[in-house]
Formats: sequence, structure tokens, C-alpha cells
Amino acid sequence: MGGLSALSILFAAMFYAAAAALFFGFLSKIYQFAATPSPLKIPTAPAPTTALGAAGRVAGEVLFFTSLFKGNKWTWLGGYVFHVALALVLLRHLRYFLQPTPKLVELAGPPGVWAGIIMTAALVYLWIRRKAVDRAAYISLLADYFALGLIALIGVTGLVMKFVIRTDVAAVKSFIIGLVTFSPVEMPADPMFMLHLLLVMALMVYFPFSKLLHAGGVFFSPTRAQVDDCRERRHVNPWA
Amino acid sequence: MAAKIETETLTGDINIPSIQPGATAHYKSNPAKEDHNKFLGFPGARVENWREAAVEHMGELLGKYKSLRVFMDICVRCGSCADKCHYYIGTRDPNNMPVARQELMRKVYRKYFTPAGKLLPDSLTGASELTEAVMTEWYSYFHQCSQCRRCSVYCPYGIDTAEVSMAAREIMDHVGIGQKYCNEILGKVLKVGNNLGIEPHALKNTLEFVEEDVKEVTGADVRYPMDEKGADVLLVAPSADFFSTPHIEGFTGYGKVFHEAGVSWTVSSYASEFANFGMFIGNYDTMKKVAQRIRDAALDLGVKRIVVGECGHAWRVGYSFWNTLIGPFDFLDPKYPAPQHICEFTLDLIRRDGLKLDKSANDEFTVTFHDSCNVARGSRMGDMPGGQFEVPREIIKAVCNKYVEMDQNTIREFTYCCGGGGGLLTDELMDLRVKGVLPRANALKEVMDRHGVNTMAMICAICKAQFTKVLPNYGIPMETVASLHQLVSNAVVLGGKIGV
Ligand code: SF4
Ligand code: SF4
Repeated sequence: MGGLSALSILFAAMFYAAAAALFFGFLSKIYQFAATPSPLKIPTAPAPTTALGAAGRVAGEVLFFTSLFKGNKWTWLGGYVFHVALALVLLRHLRYFLQPTPKLVELAGPPGVWAGIIMTAALVYLWIRRKAVDRAAYISLLADYFALGLIALIGVTGLVMKFVIRTDVAAVKSFIIGLVTFSPVEMPADPMFMLHLLLVMALMVYFPFSKLLHAGGVFFSPTRAQVDDCRERRHVNPWA
Repeated sequence: MAAKIETETLTGDINIPSIQPGATAHYKSNPAKEDHNKFLGFPGARVENWREAAVEHMGELLGKYKSLRVFMDICVRCGSCADKCHYYIGTRDPNNMPVARQELMRKVYRKYFTPAGKLLPDSLTGASELTEAVMTEWYSYFHQCSQCRRCSVYCPYGIDTAEVSMAAREIMDHVGIGQKYCNEILGKVLKVGNNLGIEPHALKNTLEFVEEDVKEVTGADVRYPMDEKGADVLLVAPSADFFSTPHIEGFTGYGKVFHEAGVSWTVSSYASEFANFGMFIGNYDTMKKVAQRIRDAALDLGVKRIVVGECGHAWRVGYSFWNTLIGPFDFLDPKYPAPQHICEFTLDLIRRDGLKLDKSANDEFTVTFHDSCNVARGSRMGDMPGGQFEVPREIIKAVCNKYVEMDQNTIREFTYCCGGGGGLLTDELMDLRVKGVLPRANALKEVMDRHGVNTMAMICAICKAQFTKVLPNYGIPMETVASLHQLVSNAVVLGGKIGV
């Protein structure tokens, strides 16, 4: 790292710290979820009677938000659009991490830009929903607005770099590849990029300490993941 | 019961009200007496260091229940569940929104079990210490949840507020803050063998009375035996089936079905209760002890099968938990499911053409079916998912000519609770019970007006007791409430078939 500016060193250090927080924080929560026993069979009935069926049920929740769809179409719409757009945006961002850029990631480029716009709009919609529906307003915490706001700002700074103050994409790419290959290089002196990256790092740290854990937790919810074979197979409570 | 409870006029529609904070904050179940608590192994009264003890016990439960562990972390407060609770719809109190009810515990969880809650100011994290005020909220609102699981159906992560309520009650019991209704009843079932405290001789009298009654009405000798060793079937019914109306008409029906099937059966005076309030208070050991009596009775009587009566939460315990709690049932005949629901038994007999049925006996009734919450969302019948919906309906259609469904969003997995489940079927909560029935009453009202429905059949002792008591507040007569096997009982032509 000999020739790096202090700022680049600082950002590199922060990036590694944030990545470690995300990785180990998330992993330890997932381990905790997985390791906690299920004393009893509690799938929400009617439930699948085979393991494959239960996996399908969880997949339905993850890929289509089936229960949310049953519960509230408007929330589903906002939430689903946001998550799909987010997935596209993430896919598009792989171009900054992979050299050469894989075909699929390249294809995700143009729709990824649209997705960035839609994602940010969906967050605004979800924010307004929280304020406008009295029940949602009652249950919303600062943390809920924080998560929406943080991701929206990430979206906005990203879009600014794309459409307003264009950033040097090649420089960004070499900086990020430097980071992920553990051979940091000088970071582009672009304030908008720095801000974007700072916000992303904040999100990375925030993730495992927040409700964003739903991303991993959904796989461990016993009411969705358990198989209904209560009479056919004896479920043993490990602690009784 | 002083003032008349104010009720909304039934319109037949279920409307989601705007919130009215604090509307039912004053509702409070009677606290358990010292001996109720002690008998179950809980401290007689609130312990000195209740705060620390409660937090410590919460930590213990977080390590023992994956549900609680995961549910505390992953709620995103999307609000999909918020308008799904009958108590919210009926009371408008926002703390009766399932997510808000969970938050009562989650804010305490944050304070003591998350890094952010420990380090940052509460105003940022939404954490809260377990103060006296919070405990008052807990006691009130965790006894305004009937653990019906309707919220869980609509949650993107399947978060089940029932699990949270059970944990909260377990924590409260653990520090000596028990609820009288549940804890007193659990004392009775563990001492006498049933929730009502019916002694064996009184039970015997009742069974004889039913026998005589059937003889008088039908002329047939249908037996209602007790403690008969060597019978094929041990029948375990909710004890309300022995005394209450319309429960006992259903119980009468079970006997007729067994009679026609030619299967010998018996009730047990030692285990004369199917209900298991151990689930309501979230206490694993108590739930196991209550269930254990049934296993012991089955072994003692040497039966080959266990068949259970119409009781919703108990069917959840029986179907979903018994195998874990008191299994394996390797001493029973493996040809039959253990336990088997009386509806499964009856339908099987009907399908094999083993019952002669005269549908016209029910012609005065236009029937609808109320899916009881624990049956619908906590169990199954038959081989297929959803059998718990189809089996009872198939029976009703076999014994009645006129059957009508209520609104799609109020039946099957979407069914609304009667408003009296989960350990809330007690007089001091009458206000809550009357308000909680509102969505179901509206759905019923709609088919009464539109299709002339005059009978709502069901397979749950608590539902029956609750509906007969609260529906009259809305101008719906208590006679509308029927046991499913009451309809069977009406239609069975005794001696019509030789046992199959
Ligand atoms: S539906 Fe689930 S995630 Fe959404 S607010 Fe309710 S409990 Fe939380
Ligand atoms: S379990 Fe039923 S009563 Fe309890 S919060 Fe959920 S919907 Fe309401």
C-alpha cells in the first residue's frame, strides 16, 4: 500500500471493516437461527407433507412473497418491485467486481439502470405508505425509516453518478477490484462516489444488527419451513 | 356483568377500522391465586426480582424456541398482519394489531438482547426496559390474543403471534404473574382429570343420563361406557361435551357413530379431558403432564386406538404435539392414525357406507361451517393438506341437505377466531369476547340474511361456549350454534347397518 493516499487507505480499511461486520455478523446470526432447537411442530396449516413441499413453500415466500400477497396487495406491490429491482441493481454492480465482466452481468447493465430508478421510487412509495396508513404509521419505528432512507440515498447517489456528475467508471472498477483482491489502489477522487461507498458501508454494518436479517431469517421460520408429518413421524424435542 | 356491552350493528361486511390507541388497555384478566400458581410449580406471587428473573427467562426461551428466536429478529413491520386480528377489528386498539402485540415483547428483547439496544439510546432503537408499565401492557395485551394464528398466514415470514403470546405468558408465570382462568383450570385437570372438575361418579351419572336419553328418543340401546378395560377405542372429549349445550348433543352423536360402527369404546375417568390449556400458557411441562394422563389411561385400559372429540386447540395439541410429548404410540394399532379425530372416524365410516343416514332429519337447518382456528391453522385431518377443511364439510354434506359457505376470506385457512380461544373464555374478559366475535358475526350475518342460514356447525368446545354466549349480543340466537356431530346424531338411523 506504499504509494496510497491517506484517504484511500482510510476507505480501504473501512471497507474491510464493514465487510467483516457484514460477513461475521450475518453468519453468526444465521448460525444462531440454525442452532436454536424447534421443540414442537408448528407449521402454519395447511402445510406441505413432504420436505420438498416445504422447500417449495419457502421458495414461494422468497421468490414471490406469497403470504404478503395474501395479506396486502399494495404493500406486496411496493415490496416486490423494490426487491426485484434491488436484485437487478446488485447483479449490475457485479461488473465492478469481476474482470472480465461476465455476459449475464453485461446484459443486466441497461435494465440495471432502470432498476436503480424504479428501486428508488419504490422506496419513496414505501415511505409514503408508512406515513399515510394509520396502522403502518403506528407500528413504524425510526429504524424502519432509517432502512428505507439509507437505501434510497444509496440509490440516489448512484443515479447521480450515472446521470448527473458522471464518474470515472474505469477508475471505480480498478479501485474495487483492488479491494476485493486485497491489493488496494488509489481511489477515484470523486466525492459522489465516496458518499455512495460510505452509505453502502453503513448499510453493510447495519445489516446484521437490524430487521434486514429477514433476508436470512425467512429460511428458518418454523411455521413455513417445517413439514406437516406430525402423526407419521415422531418429532423429538431435543431438550425435553 | 353490569352494563350492557356496546356492540356494533352487524352489516354483513368486515370493515377495517381506524386505530384508537389505548381503547382496551384497561382489559385485565383476573390474576391467579397463590395456590393456582404454586400447584403448577410457579411462584405463588410476583417475585421480588421479577424484572431480572423475567429477562433471564426470556433469554432461556430464546435459546429453546427457534420460533421466538427468529421472530424477534426478522419482523420488518410491513403491517401485512396488522388488520388481520379479530381483536383489532373488534376493539380498534392498535396494540391488538399482531405486529404491535409482538412489539410489546420485541422492544424488551431489543433492550436486553441486541447490541444496538444495549448501546444506543432507546429513542433511536425503539427499545424499552421491562418496566412496571410494560409489564402491565404485557399482562393486558398478551391476554387479548387468542393464539389463533390468523396473523401468521399473512406474514411474509410466517411470524406467529401465538408463539410470542405463549412465550410472554410463560415468562409471566415464571415470575409469579399468572392468569387465574388458565392456571386454576390446569390445577383441576391435573388433580381431577378434567377442566370442569367433574368427579368420576358425576361423570358416570352423566353418561347414564345420555344413555337413557338416547333410549327414550330412539328406543335404541346405545352405550356410553366409562373405564371399560379392553375396549377398542379410548374416546377423549373436551369435558364441556359432558355438560354444556350444544356440546352434549355432539357427544351423543359420537356414541351413535361408535354404536353403528360396532366398535367398542370407553371414556376414561382419569383422563376425561381433551382440552390442554398447557398450550395457552406456553408451558411445555404442564402441557406434557396434561397429555400424559391420556397416554397413561390408554395404556391402563389397554385400548387399541385413541379417538378424540370436537375441540380445536386440543386437536392441535393432539395432532401436532402428542407424538412429541407423549409418543411414540407404538402400543396402539398401527392401522389407525394416532390420535384419530372423531370426524375422521365418522367420515371413514360414511365413505365405507357404514352409516345409514337420513338427511331429511336436518331439513329444518340451513347450515354453515365455522372453521375453528387451531384446527384450521394448527392441524390436519386425513392424508392431504387441507383435510381439516374437507373432512368436516364432507360429513356435513352427507348429513344435511342445505349447506352454505360463508365469505371466502373468513373460512378455511383464513377463518376468524370465535373470540374466546387461547385462555380468554372467562367472564371478566366478556367485553373483549363480544368485540372479538365481530368479524365472524358479520360473516355469519351475511349468510343468514342472504341464504337463510340458521345453523353454524363447528368442532370446538370453546367456539361453542363462546358463540352461544356472545352472539346473542348481536341479536343472533344461541340456537344457531351447533356441534357437527349433533347434525350427525340427528341423521343417523340407528340399527340401519351392521357394523363395517
Ligand atoms: S406481517 Fe410479519 S413482518 Fe409484517 S409486520 Fe406482521 S409480523 Fe412483522
Ligand atoms: S394469534 Fe390471533 S388473536 Fe393473536 S394476534 Fe394473531 S390474529 Fe390476533
